[in-house]
Amino acid sequence: MPDVLLDVQDLVVHFQVYGGYLKVLDGVTLQVRHQERVGLVGETGCGKTTTMKTIMGILPKPPGVVRGGRILFKGRDVLSMRPQELEHLRRSGISMIFQDPTAALNPVFTVGEQLEDAIRYALGKRDHASVREVALSALQNVALPDPPRILESYPVQLSGGMRQRVCIALALACPKELLIADEPGTSLDVTIQDQILRLIHRLAEERKMAVILISHSLGVIREWTERVYVMYAGTIVEEARTGELFARPLHPYTEALMRCVPKLTGTGIAEGIPGRIPDYFDPPSGCRFHPRCPHRMDICRQRKPQLFPVDRGHRVACFLFGRDSHG
Amino acid sequence: MDELLVVEGLRKFFATSRGIVRAVQDVSFAIHPGETFGLVGESGSGKSTVAYMVMGMYRPTGGRILFKGQDITMPHARRPLVLKKELQIVFQDPGSSLNPRRSVREILELPLRVHHLVDGRKLRERVEELLNIVELPHDYAEKYPRALGGGEKQMVAIARALATEPSLLVLDEPTSALDVSIQAKIINTLVRIQKERRLGYLFITHDLSLMRNIAHRVAIMYLGRIMELAPAQVFFERPLHPYTQMLLSSIPVISEEEERLKPAKIVSTGEIPSPVNLPPGCVFHPRCREAREVCRREEPGMREVEVGHLVRCHLYGA
Repeated sequence: MPDVLLDVQDLVVHFQVYGGYLKVLDGVTLQVRHQERVGLVGETGCGKTTTMKTIMGILPKPPGVVRGGRILFKGRDVLSMRPQELEHLRRSGISMIFQDPTAALNPVFTVGEQLEDAIRYALGKRDHASVREVALSALQNVALPDPPRILESYPVQLSGGMRQRVCIALALACPKELLIADEPGTSLDVTIQDQILRLIHRLAEERKMAVILISHSLGVIREWTERVYVMYAGTIVEEARTGELFARPLHPYTEALMRCVPKLTGTGIAEGIPGRIPDYFDPPSGCRFHPRCPHRMDICRQRKPQLFPVDRGHRVACFLFGRDSHG
Repeated sequence: MDELLVVEGLRKFFATSRGIVRAVQDVSFAIHPGETFGLVGESGSGKSTVAYMVMGMYRPTGGRILFKGQDITMPHARRPLVLKKELQIVFQDPGSSLNPRRSVREILELPLRVHHLVDGRKLRERVEELLNIVELPHDYAEKYPRALGGGEKQMVAIARALATEPSLLVLDEPTSALDVSIQAKIINTLVRIQKERRLGYLFITHDLSLMRNIAHRVAIMYLGRIMELAPAQVFFERPLHPYTQMLLSSIPVISEEEERLKPAKIVSTGEIPSPVNLPPGCVFHPRCREAREVCRREEPGMREVEVGHLVRCHLYGA
């Protein structure tokens, strides 16, 4: 793929804890092309945020340890970057917004102080008037009413939706090529979440920016992305174009997950997935989903399935859809 | 009539330093045995406040609550013990509603002891029965909450609520903090328990898709008022209030089939106003695309537009 912006190969990340390691990421592979909107969907604790923090170079180490894999952003290896290079990456390459906008803003500084700081940091030193001008236009871009007043406000004086808009303004005050949006409206009401996702979509188009949208909500992923990765217990279990994934989910986990989502058709709710997500201290051998899988075979216990291609751009990490050269 | 719970003209105002918060205003509904009555709304709409008044945790500022025909509008402390036995609640966060220093057995025994339901020898049996109902293994009785997953904790909270054999269960966002794969299990258990025991449920959630699958009747709240109330199928297939339509058109769904059931996309605008400073007239008018002169002036009343379908909107006025 010549137009690949971000290329993550076989990322393995562990966390050191008392008495051993939590083996959280177990070979995560994903790509994002220029201007592409990619979804990463999975349940609580599956490693979505850990993956993104590693990409951003903000994984706390310790306890985090990168045990293997490669992250290339525009062909440059992120994992071996020096601190200044990482700073440059975050200044002009990748930005991230988080689920909880309240935690992402400092309560004791005004929006203006925080925003102007970010602008000075990203653009180098500039005189006060021009920094303020950039700040005002950043707030206008995220459709906040009365930007001069917002600049003077403290985060506590704004609503949840407005705070999330401020976070987006902070992340995108300067041009970026990739925006990682980690559950951007999850803590907000659906009408406000809808507004935030629409805003992200518009900004991505205007600025020709790629987006990774992380969500536990299949509905949000279906509506706002072009391609999806499904994650389970630190592994990518399925990838496909969004339309294809929802029309034809193949991995037993994806399929079960879709059955669990309450539908507007009112056809009742499926039985759920038996068991619970594995203990990362001692994860299951082979395919990490095998203890909960209704189709498990002997090989699933013994070997970790690779992503087998089943259709154009549709790959599934499941032995029901292929055998590796050893099997 | 055989209503289990009747709520009439319920109000709750809170005095705060910034002024009076009108959290609940003129809320009326009834719940029948074996029925799930759903209360949906965005944050700050007053749905939990209604639930807490039903439970006696808040004293209503106005209106009446009748349980099996008996007035229970008094605060919790003045309610007779038999009444508390009949009404139980399950909260959103089982992490904070279960005592971390008590084992599951102790948690489940407490309501049995308080209400003198079984004597010493039978306690053990009854705890096991309760674990059976929520499909948890018997050895869970010796575990502490921290050793349980979120879904399992919520199952213990449900078992505790069932210990007194209530006839009405208030479920305040019981699965909002959980993943869908775990939610599915809990919802199915709740539906089965209801069928077996003809329990009435007051089910509160902000998740409309979930509501579609469990509620028999649904009321939608906005800034302390019920804006629309209808049988579930009617509510989702023929929503009348512009707010209901906006909310339904905003929910993300996972199939084309569901997409067709949604009202035409209404782009949501504006934010929910502060309950301290409510807009005049209809509280929804600043966000309503159908708003007219009268909406800015006069608050609409609740009107029954067809049997069992009530709407608070000037569009449907006489």
